[in-house]
Amino acid sequence: MELIVNNKTEKLQNGNKLSAMLLQLNLLDKRGIAVAVNNAVISKPDWEEFELKENDKITIIRPTQGG
Amino acid sequence: MQNSELKIGDKIFTSRLFTGTGKFSSSALMEEALLASGSELVTVALKRVDAQNHEDDILKHLAHPQFNLLPNTSGVRTAKEAVFAAQMAREALETNWLKLEIHPDPKYLLPDPIETLKAAEELVKLGFIVLPYVHADPVLCKRLEEVGVAAVMPLGSPIGSNKGLRAKDFLEIIIAQSKVSVIVDAGIGAPSHAAEAMEMGADAVLVNTAIAVAGDPVRMAVAFRKAVEAGRMAYEAKLAKPSGLAMASSPLTAFLEEE
Repeated sequence: MELIVNNKTEKLQNGNKLSAMLLQLNLLDKRGIAVAVNNAVISKPDWEEFELKENDKITIIRPTQGG
Repeated sequence: MQNSELKIGDKIFTSRLFTGTGKFSSSALMEEALLASGSELVTVALKRVDAQNHEDDILKHLAHPQFNLLPNTSGVRTAKEAVFAAQMAREALETNWLKLEIHPDPKYLLPDPIETLKAAEELVKLGFIVLPYVHADPVLCKRLEEVGVAAVMPLGSPIGSNKGLRAKDFLEIIIAQSKVSVIVDAGIGAPSHAAEAMEMGADAVLVNTAIAVAGDPVRMAVAFRKAVEAGRMAYEAKLAKPSGLAMASSPLTAFLEEE
């Protein structure tokens, strides 16, 4: 299925779970990551079960330098 | 001889120098400078992950027990975006502390007071410890206090300008009437500016650019640490009042002329 991840199109290879998408992007075990689907924050414990739909908009952020 | 501690929300700080992590030439230098500064509250920004390019992990460099993280909402333009960014920050960094900053105009980076007040009210209800970055506006700071922010962060002068306390007269009013902590943020370009803010009775200062872009950021961090300590100590020691007339500090017995 096709998803929009940080404004870029990504094809999810396996299943429909949010955790699968994050695994595919090598972000599943990365600390300091937060994820929203269609602008709703999805907590880490829910990644495993959260089901994505075609064209869902996923936002993934991490901390960076700033004042 | 120790300065008094600062309590904000549920945390107690011995250092009144808060620091930003932006603009350092490397993460290693940032880490060294922040350690030298003695800072116990360190801001971070948020950005979208680039899935193709996994950059340096800033958290690795901030993993010291004395550093409490203060995520900011830089980049948002409205209260609605700020609330979303805050929730993402809480999730990413496992803290409910938040530097709320909403500056829609990239040229001057001046905070939007209306969106900031709206966002602060909602974020307090959502359980955040909100530290809003605002103009040195005493009325706005009072309104923010009423909605339950943990501190206010008025600017000295525009972000990154290094111009010092151009808003001094208004900062004095804010400090005089605030019931929450006042952290002078933005524009502090030299240790003397930081000391001045502390002597005026600010509870803390937040410094980023002046340390990060200094010729030697580690030495500059130490200079700021000393200035903040000195300024606070002077405030607690109660400064002598300025006077319009000369006041002799030596006895005025004109002994040279006396026969």
